[in-house]
Amino acid sequence: MTQKNRLTGGLIDRSKSLSFSFDGKSYQGHAGDTLASALLANGVRLMGRSFKYHRPRGPLTAGSEEPNALVELRIGARQEPNTRATTAELFDGLEARSQNSWPSLTFDAMAINDRLSPFLTAGFYYKTFMWPRAFWEKLYEPIIRRAAGLGSLSMQDDPDTYDKGFLHCDLLVIGAGPSGLAAALTAGRASAQVILADEDYVLGGRLNAETFTLGDQSGAAWAAEALAELASLPTVRIMPRTSILGAFDHGIYGALERVSDHLATPAAGKPRQTLWRIYSKRALLCAGATERPIAFENNDRPGILLSGALRSYANRWGVTAGQSVAIFTNNADGARTAADLIAKGVKVTAVIDTRADASPIDGTRHLRGAVVTDSAGRLGLTSVTVRLANGSTETIPCEALGVSGGWNPNVHMTCHQRGRPVWNEALAAFVPGGTLPVGMSVAGAANGQLSTHGALTSGAQCAADALSDLGISCKPADLPTAEDAPVSITPFWAVSGGKGRAWLDQQNDVTVKDVKLAHQENFRSVEHLKRYTTLGMATDQGKTSNMGGLAIMAELAGKSIPEVGTTMFRPPYTPVPIAAFAGRSAGKDFRPTRKTPSHTWAAEQGAVFVEVGMWLRAQWFPKPGETHWRQSVDREVLATRKSVGICDVTTLGKIDVQGTDAAEFLNRIYANPFAKLAVGRTRYGLMLREDGMAMDDGTAARLAENHFVVTTTTANAVGVFRHMEFCRQCLWPDMDVQLISTTEAWAQYSVAGPNARALLQKIVDPEFDISNEAFPFMACGEITVCGGLRARLFRISFSGELAYEIAVPTRYGDGLMREMVKQGAEFDAVVYGTEALGVMRIEKGHAAGNELNGTTSARTLGMAGMVSKKKDGIGSTLSEREGMNRDDGLVMVGFKPVNAAEPLTAGSHFINTGDAANAANDQGYMTSVAYSPHMGHSIALGFLKNGANRKGEILRAVNPLKDSEVQVEVVSAHFIDPEGGRLRG
Amino acid sequence: MAEHRLTAITPLGGSAPRIDQFEGLTITENTGTALASVASRMGQDKEFAAAAKKTLGFALPAAGQATGKGDYAAFSTGVDQWMVEAPFDTYEDVAARLASGLKATASITEQTDAWARFDVTGEACPALFERLCNVNIRTMQTGSATRTMIEHLGCFVICRAEGQSFSVLCPRSAAGSLHHALILAARSIA
Repeated sequence: MTQKNRLTGGLIDRSKSLSFSFDGKSYQGHAGDTLASALLANGVRLMGRSFKYHRPRGPLTAGSEEPNALVELRIGARQEPNTRATTAELFDGLEARSQNSWPSLTFDAMAINDRLSPFLTAGFYYKTFMWPRAFWEKLYEPIIRRAAGLGSLSMQDDPDTYDKGFLHCDLLVIGAGPSGLAAALTAGRASAQVILADEDYVLGGRLNAETFTLGDQSGAAWAAEALAELASLPTVRIMPRTSILGAFDHGIYGALERVSDHLATPAAGKPRQTLWRIYSKRALLCAGATERPIAFENNDRPGILLSGALRSYANRWGVTAGQSVAIFTNNADGARTAADLIAKGVKVTAVIDTRADASPIDGTRHLRGAVVTDSAGRLGLTSVTVRLANGSTETIPCEALGVSGGWNPNVHMTCHQRGRPVWNEALAAFVPGGTLPVGMSVAGAANGQLSTHGALTSGAQCAADALSDLGISCKPADLPTAEDAPVSITPFWAVSGGKGRAWLDQQNDVTVKDVKLAHQENFRSVEHLKRYTTLGMATDQGKTSNMGGLAIMAELAGKSIPEVGTTMFRPPYTPVPIAAFAGRSAGKDFRPTRKTPSHTWAAEQGAVFVEVGMWLRAQWFPKPGETHWRQSVDREVLATRKSVGICDVTTLGKIDVQGTDAAEFLNRIYANPFAKLAVGRTRYGLMLREDGMAMDDGTAARLAENHFVVTTTTANAVGVFRHMEFCRQCLWPDMDVQLISTTEAWAQYSVAGPNARALLQKIVDPEFDISNEAFPFMACGEITVCGGLRARLFRISFSGELAYEIAVPTRYGDGLMREMVKQGAEFDAVVYGTEALGVMRIEKGHAAGNELNGTTSARTLGMAGMVSKKKDGIGSTLSEREGMNRDDGLVMVGFKPVNAAEPLTAGSHFINTGDAANAANDQGYMTSVAYSPHMGHSIALGFLKNGANRKGEILRAVNPLKDSEVQVEVVSAHFIDPEGGRLRG
Repeated sequence: MAEHRLTAITPLGGSAPRIDQFEGLTITENTGTALASVASRMGQDKEFAAAAKKTLGFALPAAGQATGKGDYAAFSTGVDQWMVEAPFDTYEDVAARLASGLKATASITEQTDAWARFDVTGEACPALFERLCNVNIRTMQTGSATRTMIEHLGCFVICRAEGQSFSVLCPRSAAGSLHHALILAARSIA
């Protein structure tokens, strides 16, 4: 393949040829090319079809502002749609495809939309496809969405990893063009911590795209030299391929580093992209400016580019977009482009200049006071029609047209915190103004200083000012002399008089007519204009189109452009893959996993695990021959009640409470009293919220006069600790209380069942008497186990059995589990999981998460008596509210099916027999259900109006969601051992 | 310490601490440090400071700082709160020892197994930590300590030697998750 449009020179490495394909056809490019520059070098101008009308399109720009040349890169799982060919770095073997065309790019059947354009104007979907109504979601919308091409996804998992990180600096320099380099040199030489970030892979900005000199060097050579010096400075971090995405609070900036996008596959272990959060003390925006087009009929043909982009392709990549080129300009930039192309040997057929008084240009026809009115060429430009100053028209053949409507400073990031830019009449453009994000200043073209001299000097000065603010003294870097041409522009936005469509937003296919229609239909606010026409709403965020739209709107409304104003600028500056936002937090690493001390042992037993918050807990331990989870759970429950069971309960929150006021502190945070709890005793505690609702329950064990260990539910461990810290620090800062979580420090196991004591007597060292007399129900103490290991023992029961909780330092938790299983063999000890734990607590009538659901009070839970009236505790006053103490209020009771064979369903609502099953007749609801192997049928806990006085009543338990209804009898919530003989035995 | 018959495992579940090596970076699971939290009791500032200095051999460090002398080291964990470090082999009972020294001037809680500790050494430390947390690791000085968040985990980062040696502590139950993050970040360093 010949690269017929390849010119001499440029910053590409001609010794390195790269093979790539586009739509299945093979081409050659060079290292340093973008996909767009390589395709243009090969004479390929047509790179895609437009979003709505499927118009043939080629690149408009040579940078990240590109609206048109969107392609799919790579194949297989790495396929990536909507990538800008103008920024995609060429690599050997790159496979690229056009998108949004069928069956092919050159013949696209959906181009019929272009013929139907009168029906597809702005807001067409608000006006058509209205009937029948149901068809919108199922039929019309899918069809419209499919026709509106946005590339396709591979539907496979992304094989690459993404990273994230945090950087800190004194000065963040955003953009490495002349102003950015001058700023970084200034700050780097003063040994300030500097980050210099640029989205490009070759830094230097327009220095690499222009031919003028800095001192006696080319711009590119000066940039390379500056970068070499910066790389040698230890406090400067140069970040190429890194886009700053937005200005966030407190000097924080987001940045996307494309670590491996320029490689076929990332190196082993290396991320594809890294999302950085940059904490800057000061930031200097050196984002440059974006050239804007002029709207005229059919101004979207492949081959029509921005004038500055033609210079970039010629000077940086050694490429021309066509063998013959015309220029259409309203400012001095046109002459610059013509001169550069002529110098490269490209035929420049004419410069069409809207300014009748422009300075003459040598070496080509300079048509002053003329405008381009139309273009021709089915899949690429062949000629333009020009209306001359005298009113006559002329057709000028050309393969490419460079358009320059002036330059817009890239003010985006100055507006990310709702600042608004101000209009600069001399530039006919918005420049940064109003309130900038804290710590930000702006230099160079981004600030309206469009000459190279202006960029260099303002960059150096702004950096020096920013550092001086930080107390770092430095002088602006010495800089070479550079061009300082004044801006000469006559605003010109759109050529009038044409009947066809003139394009403003090429990515979203918005035309001048669409803006006029929006105005006609009274969508006149600039924000309404944007949303009605979708102008500027594509992934390019209207970088090349917004100004044109504003200008047309201003003309229609008879206002000035600043009176019309701009829409809001929002991050990200350029698109960011969702994967980069996720970073390492993908798949099972989306959040941390907490493992219990017995996790390894449980996994060895084939335990089935369940996620409980971030914890992984064993749910049950299947034995050979058990084919259904109920078989395992029933076995674990029955074995525990018959002899002894062991369960890892480390996940329950443990909070160490110490201090001379520790007892009084607990007295205040619990509804029930704690002040008089004896040392060596444990008490069940109910914590209320300030509004009187139940917050959490647990136990507090008094290990010493000034030392308690509080337990919480697994789910509320963090919340309760936070609540207690709040109470300590904010409510009662005068109390002597110290708190620290010890949840992780101790491995804790429940040992329950008639043989619990017998088993523990083999574990606990003999000098500790744990007989019923010496260590009765609710005792606690510090002991040693297994020959001298420090441990804690609590005689508490959640199952209704004789039960203990034993704790050892976590590293020995695995060892203790193995030891207890070994020593328990003679008792047929079983290890049970959370399911069996749940069954036994329902059998015993203990409230848990299903009951502590934020809408229940002590009274609802049947624990009204626990709320002490003799002392003040959080929530006790508001628990006395009338509404919470009604006779017909909900109270927790037990339920069993009238027909024992029928299963119950949690979530069912209770309806009195004979009443209709509706909300008005609702008597309460069922919260927890289990099959009780002890009872031999389903049992349930639930809340029932006036429940305490309705034992023996028969009700309907109705569940419309499951379409079930079961007759239930109201019973005591204590299905097992209601007198508590077992646990005290 | 008394001999007992239970075998310890490491936070990562192994019988010996895990070591991972990368170019310019070594990540070592450290199980050899006993920890106890120390919080001064209200109104006992003077007595506490004196008792601490006598017991430890040095004054407890200011907020954000870590220091040590002899077998003991300590880092600040909050207002009037510290974590004391000592060799596990000889100080497994560190909480009891401190309690006898500090008496009623402080509340002491055993924290040895509440945390998993990884020691990270090598010149790539800054590049590793800047991928993990928002601590300004490149300017962190020897003898400073801070709380930070790593992959949703509340952690401590202690600088043992500027740019070269750091300890990171996370809740023990999540050791595997922190280790995974450390390894992934280590591989990702360009």
